Amino acid sequence: MIDFLHNNLQYLLSGISVGGQYALIAIGYTMVYGILRLINFAHGDVFMVAGLIMIYAIAGGLPMWAAIILVLVFTVALGVAIEKVAYKPLRSAPRMSVMISAIGVSYLLQNCALYFTGGLPRTYPVIPLLTRKVTIWGATTKMVTVITPVLTLILVVVLVLLIKYTKIGMAMRAVSKDFETSQLMGIKINSVISFTFIIGCFLAAVGSLLYFSNYQTVVPTSGAMPGLKAFVAAVFGGIGSIPGAVIGAFIIGICENIIKGAGQNWTIFSDAFTFVLLIVILLVKPTGIFGEKATDKV
Amino acid sequence: MNNTMQNTKVLKTPDEIAKRQGLWIGIVCLVALYAVLFALDNFMKPSKTTLMLIPVLKKGAIYSLLCVSMNLLNGFTGLFSLGQAGFMLIGAYAYSIFSIPAEQHASVYQYFDGGAIQFSIPQIFSNALGVNAGSFLGAIVCIIIAGLVAAVFAALIGIPVLRLKSDYLAIATLGFAEIIRAIFQWNGLGRITNGSNLLRKYTAFSDMKIQIGEISYKIGTIFPFLIAMICIIIIILLINSSYGRAFKAIRDDEVAAEAMGINLFKHKMLAFVISSFFAGVGGALLAMFQTTVQASAFMSAMTYEILLIVVIGGIGSVSGSCIAAFLYIACSEWWLRFLDSGSVGNVQVSFFRDGFRKVVFSVVIMIIVLFFSRGIMGNKELSFSGLIRKINKRKAAKLAAAEAGGTAK
Amino acid sequence: MKKVIALVLAMLMVFALCACGGNGDSGEKVVKIGVYEPQTGANGAGGKQEILGMEYANAMCPTVDINGETYKIELVMADNESANEKAVSAATELIAEGVSVVLGSYGSGVSIAASDTFKEAGVPAIGVTCTNPQVTEGNDHYFRICFLDPFQGTVHANFAKESLKASTVYCLGELGNDYDQGLINYFKEAAEDLGMKVVTESFPKDNSDFTSYLNNAKKEGAEAIFAPVSIQYAQLIVEQADAQGVEIPLLGSDTWDNNTIVGATVGKSTELYVSTFYAEGGNPEFEAGIKEWMNADAARLEKNGGNDMLSAVTVMGYDAYMVAVEAIKAAGSTDAAAVMAALPGVTFEGISGAISFNDIGDANRDSAFIKSANTETGAWDFVAVQKA
Repeated sequence: MIDFLHNNLQYLLSGISVGGQYALIAIGYTMVYGILRLINFAHGDVFMVAGLIMIYAIAGGLPMWAAIILVLVFTVALGVAIEKVAYKPLRSAPRMSVMISAIGVSYLLQNCALYFTGGLPRTYPVIPLLTRKVTIWGATTKMVTVITPVLTLILVVVLVLLIKYTKIGMAMRAVSKDFETSQLMGIKINSVISFTFIIGCFLAAVGSLLYFSNYQTVVPTSGAMPGLKAFVAAVFGGIGSIPGAVIGAFIIGICENIIKGAGQNWTIFSDAFTFVLLIVILLVKPTGIFGEKATDKV
Repeated sequence: MNNTMQNTKVLKTPDEIAKRQGLWIGIVCLVALYAVLFALDNFMKPSKTTLMLIPVLKKGAIYSLLCVSMNLLNGFTGLFSLGQAGFMLIGAYAYSIFSIPAEQHASVYQYFDGGAIQFSIPQIFSNALGVNAGSFLGAIVCIIIAGLVAAVFAALIGIPVLRLKSDYLAIATLGFAEIIRAIFQWNGLGRITNGSNLLRKYTAFSDMKIQIGEISYKIGTIFPFLIAMICIIIIILLINSSYGRAFKAIRDDEVAAEAMGINLFKHKMLAFVISSFFAGVGGALLAMFQTTVQASAFMSAMTYEILLIVVIGGIGSVSGSCIAAFLYIACSEWWLRFLDSGSVGNVQVSFFRDGFRKVVFSVVIMIIVLFFSRGIMGNKELSFSGLIRKINKRKAAKLAAAEAGGTAK
Repeated sequence: MKKVIALVLAMLMVFALCACGGNGDSGEKVVKIGVYEPQTGANGAGGKQEILGMEYANAMCPTVDINGETYKIELVMADNESANEKAVSAATELIAEGVSVVLGSYGSGVSIAASDTFKEAGVPAIGVTCTNPQVTEGNDHYFRICFLDPFQGTVHANFAKESLKASTVYCLGELGNDYDQGLINYFKEAAEDLGMKVVTESFPKDNSDFTSYLNNAKKEGAEAIFAPVSIQYAQLIVEQADAQGVEIPLLGSDTWDNNTIVGATVGKSTELYVSTFYAEGGNPEFEAGIKEWMNADAARLEKNGGNDMLSAVTVMGYDAYMVAVEAIKAAGSTDAAAVMAALPGVTFEGISGAISFNDIGDANRDSAFIKSANTETGAWDFVAVQKA
């Protein structure tokens, strides 16, 4: 057993690291869905834009610490702006319209990225602390692999505490339980929604720092696959549930890498597997592992 | 539609006359359209405009069908499915696999010992009926097979997936499309699907010809219009049938529909399978248009594109989908190309460079989604009889106004 | 509402007119050469470098004399976005512009996908660096000036056997990319004939995590990794191989001959070999000229990836343009059909070697250059000329 683990540690490490990065994106999906009942298709692209901002900030001569702050601030601003421009006017519209608006934003962000990068892959700057090589039990990897799960867990704990014990957290829980009633109870819906987007995008920005330090190329479609997988993770864990999203993300990240290591005939199904997992969970337990049973109102 | 009006066979009301007039105008317009297309294919001197116009028309017709088939599901039945690209892929592959000429198998399937399927349906027909009629009929048979294969897959997928609701259904069908893509690229099926490699050399639009006397005429542009039109007419008939009314009832309120005695699962399945059939047909036409097929092209972005066209045209409007499809294709493939070229006329504009077209295009789409969320047509239909009725009404109103004015004097 | 739609439609019509009526005639006689290359997407970087070669050639040789009359040569660009499904519309755009001959593309899939469109329009095409045999096979209108994948695969197999003394090779390609899969297939055939063990794997499109694949290679005991992938993935593989401490030599195909990739190896322990069409230093006079030309304009340097290092594809782009000019001269006409008829007989002493076509329309080439990445200077070192 120990021997087996030792031999396959490399896969496990890759899985944990990528799982942590999916988790940070997945939280954004799950929180927005919890409150607006909206699959925010643009979230993966916000993550990609965060990567590009870093590249341009460093290319523009900013020092590393300033660039990181800029990335965090700008990504949060972008997320809030998207909500105000693309989702808020459609609040009373059918859910499909909002979702289509999200697809439109995703399309716009990708095309803008295509325009500004000239369609060429851009190389992510080296963040010295994250890209240093470390050797764990015979497996060589980057520092980021170790940092990711730790940082993810810290952020999740902070977030859960925030939601449980602060006023705004309570407001968020109320809104996700019942959108209209909470409005009647005097909760300022718009500020709660903005706050949700701030948290989601902040985590996506942190995720992008970690993810692109690991895989140092950014292309306009970089956000699409991680975004989709993070969403699957959120559904898997029970959409609306933050711990669920995190656990789902780790499971998907680890499974994906195990499949890649499983042998020649299986590697090509590493992406497909994620979706098989999704469909199975939707059929067996439609609300995900930790999801509450939704009550359908007629 | 006014039912009492149809049932009573009394004197012809103005509405009925308008309906008949509209039908005739429609038929005349269609004949004129086909005449123009025929002329474009055969007698037009190739110029810059016609050369760009022909592919836009072909692709527009194909996308019309794809959008209408998606609209049937999303707009008329209220099932939010994002599996369109997957069914198109199945259709495109089924079509091309069965129509690659036997002698080309060795070259197309060069990494898979010539492939497993060693016959070609258009060739079988050609041997019996001559090249032109054979390719035409063979292609149609292959297109129907493509639709059927897609429909079978849809039925299999539908059994588990259609129990899910709204967003969950969307994400599950999206997932299925991705799984289908991976399976078709798998080398284990390489002898049929050619793995990661292109399928090519199959019967395409340029092979579509008809023989009149000694001369053979090209019908490469008419063909997609013809197929798309037949399919869309079938969809319209379906929408206006009792099944269509059941679909709309499900869309408007599932619980109420069930209470009215509509079998939810059966009707959802029906809509899903039929929509997938036509997506498969559309995929086959797209394969004919592209002359090569590769699974990697059928990404979820393709589904989003079609969904956007449906929204631009108006969810729940067939004619809206068609109009939007042509506008969308013309903009993306032709009219907005100058935005990438770096100049307007002879003026150099520095920010016009690669990709600017797409930025402008996506901004336009966002504007439509946000400010005209009902799309071009809303849920209304464009029809000649409707136009005539409107003109009649206006005339009547004018007449009435004039009379009122007259009496007042 | 209706008014708005009417307005939008009217605007679109105006756009259409702009698009159609943009080109003013200046009375000059013009012959158009189409450039069918990826400028965006996975192969955008390579396509841009190839175009650079054509633009330089156009700057050096801006006119051609046909029957005593001087014609200005105009390059018409169309971006195929490295995507097969965009191939038809990009190709149609060139045909609509009335080009006499088409150059391109970088990447075999897009070339195969556009082939029938060119064929139908009767426009000849000259493949610059598309190496898959299916591009020219059975086509009278498609020619090419580079070597082919069966040849390139054999070259790599021989190199792995002779120079790296490898007995097991791990091959990695993109799922759904016929260039990758084709080349791996030829490599496998050649390598197995030489008695090597070959393990092949594919990764899904837009994958960015290669760590598990690299570990698989390590687990299999591979002594070389052959990965004929697009530039986008190549960069990631180089970078992650180093981070994972995988010190197996990497073998790259012609796509890898790109300055962003060699730049990515600086300061790493990567051992990287690529096969390519031209080695720097082959023609110092030409190189000095093109470098001076690139340095004169920041936009050109940007297109080349930020510095003036010369890629083989740029040289190939130059040669392709010159072959096209020779063909137009030989045809004595700007008519596409005449150029097509003249092309098989064209011979040209190019920068990358002598170019002549065989019966299929492929260039007669019997050698490839092997270069290795210098991890200190970030430049390519010439290793050997490898024959099949």
